[in-house]
Amino acid sequence: MTTVTQTPTREVLPPPSERKTISAWLRRNLFSNWFNALLTILAAVIIFWLVRGLTNWALHTAEWDVIPANWNLLMRGQYPAAMAWRLWICIYLAAAVVGLSWGAWGRSVSITMLVVFAIPLLLMLLPWLSARARLDLLITEAALIGAFAVARFVPLPNMSRIAAAAWALFFLAIIFIIRGFGADTGPWTVVPSNLWGGLLLSLLLAFVGILFSFPLGVLLALGRQSKLPAIKLLSVIYIEFIRGVPLISLLFMAQVMLQLFLPASMPPVDRVLRAMVAIILFSAAYTAENVRGGLQSIPKGQNEAAQALGLNSFQAMTRIILPQALRAVIPVLVGQFIGLFKDTSLVALVGLFDLLGIARSILANPSWLGRYQEVFVVVALIYWIFSFSMSYASRHLETATGVGER
Amino acid sequence: MQESSVHTSHARPPIWRDERVLAIISQIVVVAVVVGLLYFFYNNMVRALRDQMGIAISFGFIRQTAGFDIGESLIAYQRSDTYGRAFLVGLLNTLQVAALGIVLATLVGTIAGIMRLSGNWLVRKIALVYVEFFRNIPLLLLLIFIAQAVFLKLPRVRDAIRLFDPVFPIFLSNRGIATPWGVPTASWNAYLMALGGGLLAAIVVAYVQVQRGRRTGRMPFVTLWFLGVFLAIAIVGFIILRPLAYSAPRLEGLNTEGGKNFSQQFLALLTGLTFYTGAFIAEIVRAGIQSVSKGQREASTALGLNGVQTMRLIVLPQAQRVIIPPLTSQYLNLTKNSSLAIAIGYPDLFAVAGNTILNQTGRAIEVFMMIMGVYLSFSLLTSLFMNWYNKRIQLVER
Repeated sequence: MTTVTQTPTREVLPPPSERKTISAWLRRNLFSNWFNALLTILAAVIIFWLVRGLTNWALHTAEWDVIPANWNLLMRGQYPAAMAWRLWICIYLAAAVVGLSWGAWGRSVSITMLVVFAIPLLLMLLPWLSARARLDLLITEAALIGAFAVARFVPLPNMSRIAAAAWALFFLAIIFIIRGFGADTGPWTVVPSNLWGGLLLSLLLAFVGILFSFPLGVLLALGRQSKLPAIKLLSVIYIEFIRGVPLISLLFMAQVMLQLFLPASMPPVDRVLRAMVAIILFSAAYTAENVRGGLQSIPKGQNEAAQALGLNSFQAMTRIILPQALRAVIPVLVGQFIGLFKDTSLVALVGLFDLLGIARSILANPSWLGRYQEVFVVVALIYWIFSFSMSYASRHLETATGVGER
Repeated sequence: MQESSVHTSHARPPIWRDERVLAIISQIVVVAVVVGLLYFFYNNMVRALRDQMGIAISFGFIRQTAGFDIGESLIAYQRSDTYGRAFLVGLLNTLQVAALGIVLATLVGTIAGIMRLSGNWLVRKIALVYVEFFRNIPLLLLLIFIAQAVFLKLPRVRDAIRLFDPVFPIFLSNRGIATPWGVPTASWNAYLMALGGGLLAAIVVAYVQVQRGRRTGRMPFVTLWFLGVFLAIAIVGFIILRPLAYSAPRLEGLNTEGGKNFSQQFLALLTGLTFYTGAFIAEIVRAGIQSVSKGQREASTALGLNGVQTMRLIVLPQAQRVIIPPLTSQYLNLTKNSSLAIAIGYPDLFAVAGNTILNQTGRAIEVFMMIMGVYLSFSLLTSLFMNWYNKRIQLVER
């Protein structure tokens, strides 16, 4: 094939600039031909009908008093009101960590950032909140902005390392703060896990699940990639077994049978812990498959180069392969975390009072009988906001760090 | 080079640094730990069962009388049947809802996925809202919502909503949906045989047409011939044999009689699974279609193929390689997710075995082994299919 190069004989004109008018946009996107016009009209009718029905329901039919009356239950279950300030401390810390990492990693001020920073202020608009809760939200906002400012304007060289460490510390700290210490009385009384509930329990189960399943999952992924047949076989059996059965069957098994597997002398494991064990074991298999994807994406030359430099296989794995592999799977792990957060709702079926479980128990209360639509719509909205914002953030993370582009 | 290898073979590393030895030792250690742990659990379990309940592991309960009713069943079942039969009823119910769910979710997902790529802005946005809404709420919440906040809010049977009443009566009530249905008559088996014959005839005709096409160089519409022959035999056979008797539902006291009643539990489960999985399938379909490069479509247009032909002959065959693997895992997810039926009272495998049979017999270990065995064999079959499919695709590719 010969290449024909055309030398421009005269000046090349720029393409005619497009006129951006509303009518042109409408014509192109909605009424380009008769079929499209038909579709548009049909879609508009459906949307109109849906929106009208929804607003009618929300403004006239629905009886919303059930939500403010049970707001605390939905948020923290039976967690004692006297100890609720400990949960607020966790929220301040979360805000501070988010602010810090945004300051450290975010490139410039974006709309997403402004939206995230506006969340505490928006929440203050909820009409049923007490003055105290509003104050707490204001402190949250202050922590968010303060930490952002510190990360942005204090000239520390390794700010991103500090932010990463802050996340790790945060995860450890919240478990201690929520559970409390050994003291029987006083501000740090232990709050037993059977009192944890609502959104608190849902988030906690998801966090604990992803946190503890992560090392197990990495080990399993390495085992599955291993050249040693026995280790490989055991990893494959574990991963495929867990991935082949529904989570609900593991949760039931943990509730019914975990005690049987342990020595009779051991004290009974409490129900929340049993659910956590099931969730961790379940999640580990999925983490393993995701990490394996990352491991497979690392070219062989990396390992060979590491060996040529004289690293042994352990060093090559921990210093060269794993850091790259884990970085590549961060977005996938965020997706897995979202799935896990949604899946924690299954613990409602084994008698725990997570967000969904507490919603069902509110509905079982005779004074709120029949308010299914109101309660479930609000619970769905809470789940949706959390999952959607996480997936949105992870998509941004993906483009910002350029992970998907290698 | 030669010399150096001879040299190194003399100086073997000490035994604690020899990779071959280390490999064997580390495997023995890991296997010993795992086996020891499993033995520890097993031992505790046997002891606990013996001390607390005075039983040993045995599957003998399968032959005992179940003594409980099951809301709906595809095969004849009564409370005097065995636990084994009850288990089978649950299994068939799971298969039924999973099979229907897979078909409907594929349909919904494909439509939504194509809508996501529509040139029409409004259509695109509707599909986007659908996908983003259903992907970000828990399935369990969706199922409970549909069962309790939609179906239970329908009127009671006595005041059921009637659609198309005298002609084709459909009753909507909080018990479910009753529709007219065909009841097999004496000639049903004969009709099935006729259908089999029709299929055979259609295959023969299609084969002849293909041969003729090869000879003349102009391929006739083989699919059309195939469907035409089959449908002609099916319709003529139906008119002659009358294999199904029309039966319309009607109110009898507090119940509907006749026709077919789809229970609200079944419908809630099916709707929830369909729309939830459909949202995931939509994204898979969209990604698959987008994975085919634009040049392919432009080239096919340049060759004179129209839009439908481009889709059918150029885009879809290439997209299916990207679509089918994640699609299969969605099908498997749907099947596993159907175990959430326990939350809304549909008697699927998990609800019958993991709840009722387990509570009645107390045989936790055995029941869970059976349940997990079933789900594992589903997943094993799926991965066998995937391996076969991947091999086939690779052949096509190179």
